[in-house]
Amino acid sequence: MEFESVIGLEIHTQLKTQTKMFCSCKIVDSNSPANSSICPVCTAQPGALPKPNEKAVEMAIKIGHALNCSINKFSVFARKNYFYPDLPKGYQISQYELPICENGYIEISNKKIRIKRAHLEEDAGKSLHAIGSEKLEHTLVDFNRCGVPLVEIVSEADMRTPDEAYEYLTELKKLLRWIDVSNCDMEKGELRCDVNVSIREKGTEKFGTKVEIKNLNSFKAVKDALNYEIKRQTEAKLKGENIEHETRLWDASKGITVVMRTKEMANDYRYFPDPDLPPLNIEEEKIENIKKSLGKLPYQIKKEYVLKFGVKEEDIETITSSRYLNSYFEKILSFTSEKETIKNSLNIINTQVLGYINQQKIDEADIETKAPNPKFVFEIAKLLSANEVSSAGAKKLFEEAIKTNESPSILVEKLGLKQTNDLSEIEKFVKEAVELNKKAFEDFKNGNEKATGPIVGYVMKQSKGRANPKIVMDILKKL
Amino acid sequence: MNLEEKVREHINKIKEKDGKIKSFIEVWEEDSIKRAKELELKKEKGKLYGKIVAIKDNMLFEGKEITAGSKILKGHISSYTATAVKKMIDEDAIIIGRTNMDEFAMGSSNENSAYFPTRNPINTDYVPGGSSGGSAAAVAADFADISLGSDTGGSIRQPASFCGIYGLKPTYGTVSRYGLIAFASSLDQIGPFAKTIDDLKSAYDTIKGFDPNDSTTYKEMKEHSDKKLSDMSLGIIEFDEKGCDEAVIENFNKAIGELSKKTKKTVKIKMPHLKYAISSYYIVASSEASSNLARFDGIRYGRYEEGKDLESSYEKTRGKGFGTEVKRRIILGTYALSAGYYDEYYLKAQKIRALVKKDFDEAFKTADILIIPTTPTTAFKIGEKSENPLSMYLNDIFTVPVNLAGVCALSAPYGKDSKGLPCGVQIIADRFSEKYLFEAAKGLL
Repeated sequence: MEFESVIGLEIHTQLKTQTKMFCSCKIVDSNSPANSSICPVCTAQPGALPKPNEKAVEMAIKIGHALNCSINKFSVFARKNYFYPDLPKGYQISQYELPICENGYIEISNKKIRIKRAHLEEDAGKSLHAIGSEKLEHTLVDFNRCGVPLVEIVSEADMRTPDEAYEYLTELKKLLRWIDVSNCDMEKGELRCDVNVSIREKGTEKFGTKVEIKNLNSFKAVKDALNYEIKRQTEAKLKGENIEHETRLWDASKGITVVMRTKEMANDYRYFPDPDLPPLNIEEEKIENIKKSLGKLPYQIKKEYVLKFGVKEEDIETITSSRYLNSYFEKILSFTSEKETIKNSLNIINTQVLGYINQQKIDEADIETKAPNPKFVFEIAKLLSANEVSSAGAKKLFEEAIKTNESPSILVEKLGLKQTNDLSEIEKFVKEAVELNKKAFEDFKNGNEKATGPIVGYVMKQSKGRANPKIVMDILKKL
Repeated sequence: MNLEEKVREHINKIKEKDGKIKSFIEVWEEDSIKRAKELELKKEKGKLYGKIVAIKDNMLFEGKEITAGSKILKGHISSYTATAVKKMIDEDAIIIGRTNMDEFAMGSSNENSAYFPTRNPINTDYVPGGSSGGSAAAVAADFADISLGSDTGGSIRQPASFCGIYGLKPTYGTVSRYGLIAFASSLDQIGPFAKTIDDLKSAYDTIKGFDPNDSTTYKEMKEHSDKKLSDMSLGIIEFDEKGCDEAVIENFNKAIGELSKKTKKTVKIKMPHLKYAISSYYIVASSEASSNLARFDGIRYGRYEEGKDLESSYEKTRGKGFGTEVKRRIILGTYALSAGYYDEYYLKAQKIRALVKKDFDEAFKTADILIIPTTPTTAFKIGEKSENPLSMYLNDIFTVPVNLAGVCALSAPYGKDSKGLPCGVQIIADRFSEKYLFEAAKGLL
């Protein structure tokens, strides 16, 4: 019997607003002193009432657009009721029956993964049960995170392999960062992921019993946990055992999932519309304006580049993965529309510019000010297109340009890196070389391309590396 | 008499008489005197200059204890001031103390207070009504000029009627609930008690208005244009007289006679869904309460009872902290919201609520003001109904529909029964038409 897995993902992303979802408390990072950013609203003092953060609503709309969702002009905040010390109101304000965004999709490897919904909610506080391995006598609660805006993005069960889930996550993270609504740092909890996975016999329609996995702290953990869980479920099925509808936790150190709670233990959240918050009424115009403000999204830009410049998708992966890198590339596009130069620029970006950014640990957001001058990249690319510099020379030029902050078009002369395209001069050197290496020339004529080594070497030496190797070869072929 | 003397006189009266009536949980004697002295020096006087005001124990006043009549909050100090209270202070009112109430505003007699029952100043064998019974009694006994109460299903109008004073339940969304300990968020509304219509009106004018801290307050309040009573049409709501006191009906009919003479015309109003209002109300209010009261877990403030684990700590804290009626409603509301029962109870109750609202919308097409008795009976004796919650709930039959519809209503004292207990007439007007209520109440003077 062959099985296939059916995977759906629930993602929580923390929005980059200045203040919390329902009060004016500043959002502070996890290094801040505990309970240093709290107020009567986010600690649920008696009589306190929530007021929605408009910026968070706008960001949720942005997310909806980016995920091709329909944006509901009318959506409702609902209470999700459960008791826990880090949930001060005894309920979380979320959205239930009428979420702000519905029915979208994102594309991965030419497959559409449908998005069921994306809705706004608030985060809970943090409970501290132990410090390191030392268990505390009492649990401590920090409410700094309590009330931080989140958007929950729920996919349909459209993924069939852990790799697809991984790709979906990568694409989603890229989009969320691109539209600048979240930093999506999983380590900081800015992106959290729960997965639902079931298996079924290949070719059948009916879904199997799904298992939810929590505590996934990295993309790798998602993939590993899915691989483990699919194997576990398949083995259970083959043994004729039932799959239980339950929530499991991923134990990364052991590489296994363990039962957290069974269906019987599941909470009844008693969702109902929050009477403290009128439904969100968003004007059509606002929805449209936010859409316009988003500009082109990476997948749209990618398609455009392929079409316009005839570049390969893999070559534009990086410059469409972040809007900072993209605007860096767009700077170059403002200098030229010449296809060859654009391709050469991409090459330089993908190798040397990125290398430099990584080596210097330049933050994405600082690319504009700290990355190598895009004008330099363009100039080098142009020299390459005009055959005025060798690829080795181009590399050298790049390094020198960064070091001296001098324009490559000047440096190329200064450093004597300019290739000569002067036929008569090169021809003279080639003829000398052939005279000196007759055997090699004969081998070349007999079809051994590799035999030209000594000839080209001689020409390069004589021309001080300025001869264009392509022209050298052309001449050789004609002799 | 200067303000300080006025405050001292009121405090002396409280000391002398409130031992029996027990309208206050706490009187802020020193603060009130200090405040009176400060106000004496003020040149520009606010709308409520020197008015002595009592507030219900569910409105926050920074630095002062607040308990919502519950043991679970005993000793809790307000960390900020409720918007409505702040507005009163800004208009130079003197807040003299906090008044007794049914625990978390759940009750119609003040017998559900965790501390002690308040007695009716007219006859101390009788209840003052509830849940704002302390606030009503304080004004009725002349301990304060004005008091603030909250009305979720009649908690201002019913005690106003029992104590023979005016009580106003404003349009939902006109007075900020920020700093009011919530019972049922979609129904709760703060409103004033007073002995005169002028005081009632100036208190309302003071506390109303949009509050950015309460998303359910209206940014724009489309007030109706001024209309004289003689230009209004009066709607008389038909109701079942069974279960009503004779004196209530008698006085009500007199009031109809009086107002009919002074209005343009009189129409009979049928409200087919009124009889379902109580059922709908107790589901909606209890559902919201079950969630609103979840924050009282003893972890951040209030009473905490440590158990052997988290769950037993919750059980002990809430089990000991809440009174019987509060527990009853939390359980009722939790049940109504549970998976599998939500549609049958909560959702159905909301549908009925929409129909009640529609009944009012229809009525206001033909009438500017509506009247119905505030309560089916006059005040009952202490202990008389406390064993029978259902008969207590039914006392709200005429007040509850107003909260469900979100419209405004006023209880005006009108006549007495043979025992000398006051009767009240409830005047109801459409959203933002409080002015009509004041006009009509003047017509009953």
